[in-house]
Amino acid sequence: MFLDYYNLSPLLMQIHAFLCSVMPEWLALTLEGLVVGVFILVMYAVLAIILIYMERKVCAAFQCRIGPNRVGGKGGLLQVPADVLKILTKEIISLKHSDHFLYALAPFLVILASILTFSCLPWNKGGEILHMNIGIFFVLAASSIGVLGILLAGWSSNSKYTLIGAVRSGAMIISYELSIGLSVLTMVVMSGAMDIQTIVEGQANGWNIFKGHIPAIMAFIIYLIAGNAEANRGPFDLAEAEQELTAGYHTEYSGMHFGFFYLAEYLNLFITAGIATTLFLGGWMPLHIAGLDGLNMVMDYIPGFVWFIGKTFFIVFLLMWIRWTFPRLRIDQVLTLEWKYLMPLSLVVLLLMTVCKVFGLTF
Amino acid sequence: MEIEKITSIIPEAEISQTGETVVKVPAEKLHQIAETLLNDKENPMDFLRDIVGMDWGEEGLGALYLLESTRTGARIILKAVTADREKALLPTVSDLWKTALIKEREVYDFFGICFLNHPDMRRIFLREDWIGYPMRKDYDMNSNPLRMDNEENADMTDEYFLRPDGTLEGRKNVVFGEDDFVVNIGPQHPSTHGVLRMRTSLDGENIRKIDPILGYIHRGIEKMNESLTYPQTLALTDRLDYLSAHQNRHALCMCIEKAAGIEVPERAQYIRTIMDELQRIDSHLLFYSCLVMDMGGLTPFFYGFREREMILDIFEETTGGRLIQNYNMIGGVQADIHPTFQQKVKDFIKHLRSVIQDYHNIFTSNVIADTRLKGVGVLSKEDAISLGCTGGTGRASGWANDVRKHHPYALYNKVDFKEIVYTEGDSFARYMVRMDEIMESCHIIEQLIDNIPEGEFRAKTKPIIKLPEGVFTSSVETSRGEFDVVLESHGDKVPYRLHYRSTGLPLVHAMDTVCRGAKIADLIAIGGTLDFVIPDIDR
Repeated sequence: MFLDYYNLSPLLMQIHAFLCSVMPEWLALTLEGLVVGVFILVMYAVLAIILIYMERKVCAAFQCRIGPNRVGGKGGLLQVPADVLKILTKEIISLKHSDHFLYALAPFLVILASILTFSCLPWNKGGEILHMNIGIFFVLAASSIGVLGILLAGWSSNSKYTLIGAVRSGAMIISYELSIGLSVLTMVVMSGAMDIQTIVEGQANGWNIFKGHIPAIMAFIIYLIAGNAEANRGPFDLAEAEQELTAGYHTEYSGMHFGFFYLAEYLNLFITAGIATTLFLGGWMPLHIAGLDGLNMVMDYIPGFVWFIGKTFFIVFLLMWIRWTFPRLRIDQVLTLEWKYLMPLSLVVLLLMTVCKVFGLTF
Repeated sequence: MEIEKITSIIPEAEISQTGETVVKVPAEKLHQIAETLLNDKENPMDFLRDIVGMDWGEEGLGALYLLESTRTGARIILKAVTADREKALLPTVSDLWKTALIKEREVYDFFGICFLNHPDMRRIFLREDWIGYPMRKDYDMNSNPLRMDNEENADMTDEYFLRPDGTLEGRKNVVFGEDDFVVNIGPQHPSTHGVLRMRTSLDGENIRKIDPILGYIHRGIEKMNESLTYPQTLALTDRLDYLSAHQNRHALCMCIEKAAGIEVPERAQYIRTIMDELQRIDSHLLFYSCLVMDMGGLTPFFYGFREREMILDIFEETTGGRLIQNYNMIGGVQADIHPTFQQKVKDFIKHLRSVIQDYHNIFTSNVIADTRLKGVGVLSKEDAISLGCTGGTGRASGWANDVRKHHPYALYNKVDFKEIVYTEGDSFARYMVRMDEIMESCHIIEQLIDNIPEGEFRAKTKPIIKLPEGVFTSSVETSRGEFDVVLESHGDKVPYRLHYRSTGLPLVHAMDTVCRGAKIADLIAIGGTLDFVIPDIDR
């Protein structure tokens, strides 16, 4: 199979075998763990910088502006790294009359949830970092740690604005997790697996969104709406709601503590898009159309991680487009949308998908 | 007509005819007369335009009440005086007109006149521990050194009433109770459009009560005016509502010209009218930008600013200023229009007509914008009149109150334009009134821009202007409501008292009525659609 051109696992196995031959296995595993950990963190930071730069440029394009264009040449390429450096040097202000332990813990919980979910993304064939047979289940579980961090941040800051922001966020994220869970479940029914690599490999002869036709497309749209809400981005950014609550739950944070929230927000955007890519658009799987072997072969020459990142950034662009077009919803409207429309609809979609699967109506 | 009615009740009412007709009524009969005028069958004086506090020195302290009938447009000024400076008392009219609730507090704050039976006699602009009443003529300027301690806002307020035997009695009223969850929206807040503070009591996300606290940027412009010559007073009007700079100054110029009997050349009238309308478009574009930004839509914000920039460029070429233009002068305008002015204005209007559909596509027809605005923050017509919410806010509630139509000035009786009136009274109606007015203003400018007559742009005036004794008023329709100038002259080259009707004060006062039961997010959207500007409240 041409697919194996870019399979990373033989290479990784060779490295592992080599390390085991020169040192005891526990040491080799520890060393590999360290390298992978550093790799994750570096990827995390680099992606955040790319996403922030992309957001600025995309937003500028929608708003008839140019965007960053001074620091680092005409494109303003060094603007975001400069901002990152700046935020690293900022003082972390500690508050009087706040719960210091929880206050300091909250940003780490948020970033921890984000990194755990991030590690599950299928970058390439054989390129997964956390691999388990209930991978998608783990993603759902890990991502919901984040809301705990948000609630703690709002509560421990001892400010009314942050409290309102945190309660809003809590109500919203817990509600929208239902829709996300149900639309993910729809795709699990379709692929018959909870393992992320198996789900991706099941799309070798056509992406799920094509194979699952109507129910898959509906689930995709529900997932995008709910995922956007999960990531706290406009038009669902009422937890931050700059115009109402100044900055919502992270009003009282400064320096890198604030930076963690900011970083997690952008990476959650990427993760939302990444999971959408995995479930609906084939993850790292190239575009395959059953029967057209010539095209499939050409597509296979493009490496998997290029496919994955390309598709993910396409969805990120879609989400940015939505953010910079719509005004913000109100809290009761957000909850009405979820409980009265999205949740019943996703139950129907799940049922529809099950019926399709049982009667073999999927491709 | 009204005067006869008053004299039939109290024959001793004094009528002075210098300048505007002012009817002086005894303080103890004020409430009775006000009630009669309000409840008149065919000509009810249901719109209290303003209450102007006054210190007449020997004669005593008192206030002018400017009344108008929304049915016929008839106007009258009542004057009530109390001679006792230590214990100055006037009866409240806040039970008749709701707008008096806040305006009487302003008079109390600056003149120390206590209004009997007013439920909330707190200071509103100044600190609660302020010493003395600064607008009195005998106020000691050194009595309040700069304080570095924080101001505590009391949760209780005072109400005063007279016992039958004539002694004064006080009672405490509760503003916020023990179990109210009070959030400060402002004074430093992104969406209060200036330094406004609203103490907001919340029940979850729902709003129970709003108590505005004003005065964070109060500059004492009215007090300063009392030591400035008439041409000097002009410099300060642009700093009131900076988005109605031309119109504010237009009103003051008109008032002085009327009092001094100066004839304004035709050319200047054309220029003033065009500038007023350009200013209105400028302000409404900014309204659009700010409203969408308040609601979280950042992209349309830039649309509004893109077009507004073009107006500012046109202003800059002719007047030299962009936000603050200092263009109107007594007897005309500062300078003639720039040679390219007419062409640029015509090009701009053509451009605006071609892009305005984009504004509606991205925001007006957006499903989220619709659900956020329609049916939210309803202000009934009765409340709008009683609260004195003029301008687009009143017109959205079905109250036809456009000064340009009902009391025409400059060239407004020569041009053809529609008065935009909606009846829903919700946020969406308030938004649509402004969007439609942009197009009406374009229509007005198009009728004038090609017909500007040749001639003088400014009448010759004496170097020192002295006005005859009397009370003079003028009113214009600014971008956000009726702006009145009330000028009392004692024959000097400086005004004895120069008062401006704040267009924003009734709107901020209306927030409590409109927002009750709404959500925090609605508070911001409603504040955006009411469209107040703070420097105009904190004069």
